[in-house]
Amino acid sequence: MRRADPKPAPPLDEIDRRLINTMQGGFPLVERPFMAIADRLNLSERQLLTRLGRLLDERVLTRFGPLFNADRMGGVNVLAAMAVPETDYEEIALVVNAQPEVAHNYRREHALNMWFVVAAETPKRAEKAFARIEAATGLEVFRFPKEREYFVELKLKV
Amino acid sequence: MRLDDLDRRLVVACQSGLPLDPRPYHAIGAQLGISAELVMARLARMQAAGVVRRIGVVPNHYALGYVANGMTVWDVADDRVDALGEAVGQLDFVSHCYRRPRRPPLWPYNLFAMVHGHSRAEVETQAAAIADLLGPALNARDILYSSHILKKTGLRIG
Repeated sequence: MRRADPKPAPPLDEIDRRLINTMQGGFPLVERPFMAIADRLNLSERQLLTRLGRLLDERVLTRFGPLFNADRMGGVNVLAAMAVPETDYEEIALVVNAQPEVAHNYRREHALNMWFVVAAETPKRAEKAFARIEAATGLEVFRFPKEREYFVELKLKV
Repeated sequence: MRLDDLDRRLVVACQSGLPLDPRPYHAIGAQLGISAELVMARLARMQAAGVVRRIGVVPNHYALGYVANGMTVWDVADDRVDALGEAVGQLDFVSHCYRRPRRPPLWPYNLFAMVHGHSRAEVETQAAAIADLLGPALNARDILYSSHILKKTGLRIG
């Protein structure tokens, strides 16, 4: 489990910042895509690949590649929450995280203190994952399926 | 979009990330026994259909200094929530905005807006701007800060 705070961030230099700001979307579908991006950043292809590898190793970046949207594959993303007793928190986090359908899981400060997203190819698979979690933990999973999406676009400037 | 068998194999091959190889689509194609051209064509089709939201890096908010990540939640009058949700989604500091079901009595909120700041004070200023926008349609509100990332892998299909 990674501590979110107050782990100090490794210092980013100017090139790291430009790389992160440039690469949050639009990675090209061409033969040498890193070369195309490296040109824009005034780096060599090799330098870009090395730097990207380092930022992933340091966990400044959590991943690199296509971001898939389960909703558009006939699947679902369902936000859910549980009120987990503090004494069992770590153990229950392991149970929840062990489900492959659980895409994200965050501790939040509220009576509902564990918030996770189940991404599955079918609503039935999502429901099965919730049922497994409820059976394994004895806790109620509150489902918060989205009824309307008003906006989704995460681009962090650094 | 309905994924065929090849699309599914491609999702499985890319879902944990693209290889840091000068020719990443060749590497994926070699793994699947298909050409790089076909990999690119399939990814382009999935992108056009929204199955691929974007191709790029996913930053770790905390490492970039966004240490205050607030899920702001709002109980908004049902007859106003869609118009107001659209407006909240347009605010530049809101990354995700959804309508979700209430779970009374524990959870009276039907509008969710994720905001990201360098401090909780910044998030609270952002939340105050949302509250202003919601005006008299707003009944109750809360901010749930994330204190730990327990898991962040994105979609996994088998």
